[in-house]
Amino acid sequence: MQTEDTKTAAAKRDTVMLTGADMVVRALKDQGVTHIFGYPGGAVLPIYDALFADNGITHVLVRHEQGATHAAEGYARSTGRPGVVLVTSGPGATNAVTGLTDALMDSIPLVVLTGQVATHLIGTDAFQEADTVGITRACTKHNWLVRDVNELSRTLHEAFQIATTGRPGPVVIDIPKDVQFKTGEYFTPEQSRHRTYRPKTEADEAAIARAVEMMASAKRPIFYTGGGLINSGPKASEALRELASLTGFPVTSTLMGLGAFPASSPQWLGMLGMHGTYEANHAMHDCDVMICLGARFDDRVTGRIDKFSPGSKKIHLDIDASQINKVVRVDLGIVADAGNAISAMVKLWKEKGKKADPAALKDWWAQIDRWRAKRSLAYEASDTLIKPQYAIDRLYELTKGREVYITTEVGQHQMWAAQRFKFEEPKHWMTSGGLGTMGYGLPAAVGVQMAHRSALVIDIAGEASVQMTMQEMSTAVQYNLPVKIFILNNEYMGMVRQWQQLLHGGRYSHSYSEALPDFVKLAEAFGCLGLRATKPDELDGKIREMIDSPKPVLFDCRVDPTENCYPMIPSGAAHNDMILSALSTAEVSDEGKMLV
Amino acid sequence: MPNERHTLTALVDNEAGVLARVVGLFSGRGYNIESLTVGEVDAAERTSRITIVTSGPPQVIEQIEAQLKRLVPVHAVTNWTFATSGIEREMALARVSGKDRAAAKAEAAKFGARVLDDGGQATVFELTDASAKISSFIEAMRPRGLSDVSRTGVAAISRDPG
Repeated sequence: MQTEDTKTAAAKRDTVMLTGADMVVRALKDQGVTHIFGYPGGAVLPIYDALFADNGITHVLVRHEQGATHAAEGYARSTGRPGVVLVTSGPGATNAVTGLTDALMDSIPLVVLTGQVATHLIGTDAFQEADTVGITRACTKHNWLVRDVNELSRTLHEAFQIATTGRPGPVVIDIPKDVQFKTGEYFTPEQSRHRTYRPKTEADEAAIARAVEMMASAKRPIFYTGGGLINSGPKASEALRELASLTGFPVTSTLMGLGAFPASSPQWLGMLGMHGTYEANHAMHDCDVMICLGARFDDRVTGRIDKFSPGSKKIHLDIDASQINKVVRVDLGIVADAGNAISAMVKLWKEKGKKADPAALKDWWAQIDRWRAKRSLAYEASDTLIKPQYAIDRLYELTKGREVYITTEVGQHQMWAAQRFKFEEPKHWMTSGGLGTMGYGLPAAVGVQMAHRSALVIDIAGEASVQMTMQEMSTAVQYNLPVKIFILNNEYMGMVRQWQQLLHGGRYSHSYSEALPDFVKLAEAFGCLGLRATKPDELDGKIREMIDSPKPVLFDCRVDPTENCYPMIPSGAAHNDMILSALSTAEVSDEGKMLV
Repeated sequence: MPNERHTLTALVDNEAGVLARVVGLFSGRGYNIESLTVGEVDAAERTSRITIVTSGPPQVIEQIEAQLKRLVPVHAVTNWTFATSGIEREMALARVSGKDRAAAKAEAAKFGARVLDDGGQATVFELTDASAKISSFIEAMRPRGLSDVSRTGVAAISRDPG
């Protein structure tokens, strides 16, 4: 409804009048958005009309709305900018739910615009109507149904503010079709700010001082770092590197934090947790001061809680206050942005000329070297079968020196990639950590490649996962995105098979990948290059062919079907109770079997 | 660790879905709600106050407060069980039926309950007090012909300004 009053008010406030659909496009541009991932439908046609008239934004047409959300996640995580998604009402919105939940769990900033049936139809079970704000309330940081076109622009700008600040996360703006057609007042980002939402980003000085004292008095310290360092931006990784170099402390990381600290550093212990290295997990268990930076004591990381690092004083830095003392009681909680807080630690450490006990630190490193000597990532080589570990190692060696971005699906291949691929920089590793979403990697690779056209973007995949979002190959072809889908094909849902072997008496219930497609022919059908390797001695040549191809590639790498992912902390066990290989006896308690 | 009972209030933006967010947080994370009341407190500022009585071990109560504060429309969360300056009150309506309700009326008077309605078949009492007193009142009415009860849940406020 456009009245003379609002027009006059708009003129006074120096705003312009636009249709809701035009506001969406204008707001995206005012927010600096250059790419959106979407799929049209009845309830978003006015917005698609506005996009048609404007060529300032590149729209990427996906093949399924789940693909749009994961592509936007890959885009966001590799650029540090929010990922934007546009989908229709009903099934468009419900298909986006998995990606929203994934982004919520891994703190990825997404702005998802959903069409909704016209306001007068809401609640009537209209065609393609779903209660989108109701359905997405539990899987967004915040969401809105915009019923008044005059509220639309401010809501859009608030949505970007909320998605990208504090602990980042996904937001949904549900826009009824009549609101897209109506004309109203457009407010700029400067004219729109949430009334009360102000996340705390600066650390308390006293807390930083206490943290520095605790660190300086440590005999067996460890930095336990996480995805918060990636989200915080490059400053956090730089500050961590400086703090590690000043203190000489060892560094481990969660799955989400890989790349914040360079894998080539002698202070790097590798990833920790269920499939982390022996040295990282033992150092966590035996440390006397644990400095947790931007991680959240996830169950994949802690193992058995009552035996988690029993003798240590713990410092926990997180931008989200609700993470402090959620799972593990800590001695010092610091609520702040990781970049700010770690920089403050560096500054104070230098100012006070702090130095940890060199003799104690020397002993600690000697102990760590004894754990390292276990070579927990070693595997039995084969010259007849391609071992999945060997395939990852070759992929790493043959792509070294290039600008490489790795995405993954979920399962054994993901863990092997995390264990063996060496990341030197943040934002080059995209994986579904918290939710564990099979089918994440292919669309995520599409999103990454969209933002980094000349980079080498590889989805390290499993043959089961990749079939969940396979149709996005078509998107890759349409936009000339030369993503490389490197499938470690073991003909099993490998992690399911591994758990069935270790915990369910080898009863492989429904985990065999029956009736697999011929991936090479499938690639050709999509207009991609298909490659297959079955023997170790042909692997290097085929990997080079994949890298050199200007096309998207589906690489069917046939690996040993029965290889298990080790080392492993069995469910319900402590950090110092790892299984190193198939030869170890796996004893899982009844309590452990209850856990996932 | 033993469960503790706590009264929390949240000052929230009075916007669509805010109650669903709070209730969804409790059900989604498996927290208890013993009672919940909500009402607008400032029409100009468009704010409401939600009062929740919950129970759980201290670590869970701490999480509930932290999780509530994370919600975007929540401005402030107060735990009145820790604050010394808090006052909590609840209102109940109780209906007593039967021919002879003199005993019920006499007992209700001791609690300071008001008679709201006294028709031929039943008497309706109103009592505003601390939740524990309300529970005692209801127990006292039970053998004296109690036929229905409606409780509002707790509302809480601070004695002191600021």
